[in-house]
Amino acid sequence: MPRALKKTGLPYLLLLPGLGWLLVFFAIPLLIMLLESLKTGAIDTGYTLTWEFANYSNALSDFNDQFLRSFEYAGLATLLAFAIGYPLAYVIAFRGGKYRHALLLAVIVPFFVTYLIRTLSWETILSDSSLVVDTLRTVGLVSEGGRVLDTTASVVAGITYNFLPFMILPLYASLERIDGRLLEAGYDLYGRRRDVFLRVTLPLSMPGVVAGTLLTFIPAAGDFINAELLGTPRQFMIGNVIQSRYLEVADYPTAAALSFLLMAFMLIIVVVWARIAGTEALLGTEGERR
Amino acid sequence: MEAATASSPTRNETRGALRLGRSAIDWLLNVYAGLALIYLLVPIAVILVFSFNDPSGRFNFIWNHFSFAAWTDPFGVPGIGDALSKSVEIAALSTLGATILGTLTALALVRYEFRGRAPVNFFIFIPLATPEVVLGAALLSLFLNAGIATGFGTITIAHIMFNISFVIVTVRSRLIGFDRSLEEAAQDLGATPWETFRLVTLPLIMPGVIAAALLAFALSIDDFVITNFNSGSTITFPLFIWGAARVAVPPQIYVIASMIFLFTLAMMLLTVWQQRRAERMAATRPDEPEPARTPATAASG
Repeated sequence: MPRALKKTGLPYLLLLPGLGWLLVFFAIPLLIMLLESLKTGAIDTGYTLTWEFANYSNALSDFNDQFLRSFEYAGLATLLAFAIGYPLAYVIAFRGGKYRHALLLAVIVPFFVTYLIRTLSWETILSDSSLVVDTLRTVGLVSEGGRVLDTTASVVAGITYNFLPFMILPLYASLERIDGRLLEAGYDLYGRRRDVFLRVTLPLSMPGVVAGTLLTFIPAAGDFINAELLGTPRQFMIGNVIQSRYLEVADYPTAAALSFLLMAFMLIIVVVWARIAGTEALLGTEGERR
Repeated sequence: MEAATASSPTRNETRGALRLGRSAIDWLLNVYAGLALIYLLVPIAVILVFSFNDPSGRFNFIWNHFSFAAWTDPFGVPGIGDALSKSVEIAALSTLGATILGTLTALALVRYEFRGRAPVNFFIFIPLATPEVVLGAALLSLFLNAGIATGFGTITIAHIMFNISFVIVTVRSRLIGFDRSLEEAAQDLGATPWETFRLVTLPLIMPGVIAAALLAFALSIDDFVITNFNSGSTITFPLFIWGAARVAVPPQIYVIASMIFLFTLAMMLLTVWQQRRAERMAATRPDEPEPARTPATAASG
């Protein structure tokens, strides 16, 4: 009997609590939100389910700007994080030597400080008469009386900063795993440095590139904290709209429709990436029993 | 090839120039990486420095005077202590819940072959790929429709929910390299399945479980977005900061952030130091045979 249980029932028994929790507090809420997104009404009279699919097209046309802005900012931040993170991960992985662990620690140090406070710190750094902004004015990069805070630049800088470790860590993990003998072989075959990098190092680090860009892009596109603290309503992203429609305006159908649209766009992006990278690298299930 | 041998002097010259260019590139790359590190660390330094500020207004954004005032009275702002202890309570509870549920799920996923494993893997991945606003908004829809009042309990439920997938992924990565023959040996020596789990399996996967628990704790105590949707009138530390950010940023916020930062850093360094010491002790013990090194670890070490 125990043997039989082990063969058939035990894995399901082990799965039950965890998956049950995700079912009740993740999957079912999504279904409820789906129904919510098809309702009409007002907050005083209550919302009734009328299968109002127009909620979606209305939400999309009303908040088109914020949607585009979200993907624009998230895309920019992801590119910047890649440009900043790849060389750093490369240097730590190949030249870190005995300081490798100390350098990695420095990369995750920002995570030891609460997200919101990190962002407040940027508000301090970029506020109107701060050292940085004064210097930028003196150098002429910022016009006299010009501001850095409350601009697109400050919001994108904040997003880039906050998700940068998510970019660096997977990049480092995949670069560190590269067998040094492959690079030597490349040089022995008279590969120039650029060729060895482009044909050996970069392709071998692709899993890290894919994981890093996803881990940066997904939270960045849904973020509203940076736009709220470092920007103005002119920088507001789709996250700001969802949060205020839900919690301030109590316009649940619109908020729900926007949430689903955001999730749909995200899934499309993930699936496209998965086709490029292979799902196994994405789901982290490579080493499992067949 | 022929051209190369024919023009060997010029080739040497270009090689020299190449080497010079190479070291310049090396140097530039190192400087670039250094600048990137500075970018990562400057905001943290600003927090530490500005925790000693005595701001002239309500916002701690402009340097005014050096002062120990905030450090001698870190909980001097009404509500900040309560918010912090609420956060710690929720983090502890949700870490416990998520670690147990996630570890069980990870065990099932790696150790057993069963029908439907691929869709389960995908199902676990979706919460990780869902923006936090959507997770928070969906859960609030459930609580609103079910007529459940939001507060301490719903925040804990939410934190367990978003942490489960992180725990599964972390424990799973540790389980994948697991040597199953150790369990078989225990069973052959007459251990019951429960004894095998308690005495063999659990100690072996413990580092992964602890890493997952630490991650869950850190994510819980840091979460703002999902908490904001499901908090009701309960105020956690991040919610307190959010509320404060609109009306006033007292230096106490930076003081508590600095304290958490220094505590985490100390814990981290202590763990590393202990690991190093254990390695050194293992290395100097004469009668213990060197652990077999695989080519991969030998190459990287």
